[in-house]
Amino acid sequence: MMPRGIEEEYIRLLRDYLTGQGEDKLYDAQQLGKWMLQQDISPEEMIDLHGRALEHLGDVPEFVRASFSVLTEVMIEYGNEHRAVTTLRSKHKQLQSEMAVASAMQKSLLPRELPVFPGVEIGLVSVAAKQISGDFYDIVAHDNGRFCLTIADITGKGISAAMCMSMLKYAMESLGEMLPGPGEMLRHLNRVVERNTDPSMFVTMVYGCYDTNRHSFRYAVAGHEPGFVYRARDGRFYDMEGQGRALGICNDCSYVEREVRLEVGDVLMLLTDGVTERKIDRDYLQRDELVAYLEAEVGASAQAMADGLYSKLLALSRFELSDDYTMIVLRRT
Amino acid sequence: MDLTIKRISSEKEHQVNLCGDIDAYTGPKVKEAIMTLVESPDVASIVVDLAEVEYMDSTGIGIFIAVMKACKQTGRTFLVQNLSPRVERLFRITGLYELIAIRKGESE
Repeated sequence: MMPRGIEEEYIRLLRDYLTGQGEDKLYDAQQLGKWMLQQDISPEEMIDLHGRALEHLGDVPEFVRASFSVLTEVMIEYGNEHRAVTTLRSKHKQLQSEMAVASAMQKSLLPRELPVFPGVEIGLVSVAAKQISGDFYDIVAHDNGRFCLTIADITGKGISAAMCMSMLKYAMESLGEMLPGPGEMLRHLNRVVERNTDPSMFVTMVYGCYDTNRHSFRYAVAGHEPGFVYRARDGRFYDMEGQGRALGICNDCSYVEREVRLEVGDVLMLLTDGVTERKIDRDYLQRDELVAYLEAEVGASAQAMADGLYSKLLALSRFELSDDYTMIVLRRT
Repeated sequence: MDLTIKRISSEKEHQVNLCGDIDAYTGPKVKEAIMTLVESPDVASIVVDLAEVEYMDSTGIGIFIAVMKACKQTGRTFLVQNLSPRVERLFRITGLYELIAIRKGESE
């Protein structure tokens, strides 16, 4: 809709330019163009305005007047494109605001601080590739010097991953202090995911409880990338044992529980595949290459190890984070 | 990386050959191609050949899970063949290896 007064303004601009008042009138025309776009004036309306303005300035030859019809037709497609872009922009803005809400919600699901226990250090790095992460982790302190650890990778990105995360968190919380064993917990979560998500959605997870009295981690694995255990006695890294079906693949799955005990100086590392699936130059990182980088961090605190490895891998992949990255490090001191 | 899809149909089965990486960008194209076969009444058996798939992430696993479930519901046979070591590892870790029929077919 053409605002009032614009027609007079345009006629004046056109007259001034045509009577030789200088190139700065073209700059004014440019500025007017920007303003017209902000007012949502379509290309067809502009052509119409120009035609009317010409009529005010003198006798317009018939062929010129007629030519405007051709120009208008040509510009209709430009006008459609302009309207489509405006609609897209507004949808994009709405989506961004929805993402911001989901992102804030997601942050509220993750632990705000790491619990502190004597004899064990906990380090954590979790970085989302985009606004919303598909990685989930939780560290919850329980009675008798125990804490439970969850690390998970949810398929899909964006809002659906954030919603699935919320569902998992509350499925776990609803069990309260009943604290089922890791195998039973994963069996319960498998049923929750399988029944409540899209057929293509699944979650990989390691869930376990660390007993700071016995320094043992009892855990179960659901289709998740194996972690590592560093043994101070021989200075070597080992793959964490354990396998199981990812959550959401089958109706009812059972999960085998395993236990790993840490001696002084030993380190346990849980990670998501954003750590192992790094593209370094043109090849993907191999697990034994990752171990070489981990070896360089041995001796540092749990947090320093987690930070050091992340910085190293980020630099090697030229500061590109293509997938969400999460690593939890437990070090017995 | 781009992904190409080639379909080969015979009397016995419908084969889909994938070439390239399966990830969040190429995934939807793969899913559509295979699910078209799943939803087609004339198709009894579907084979997906992964000989030319070097890399696949969880998007690919998700697609195969959905196809497996759909085929089970509709009584169709579904299998994958010629998994590269990397892809086979992903199938094993997620537990899909025991659930989906896998064969070492002839690769072109």
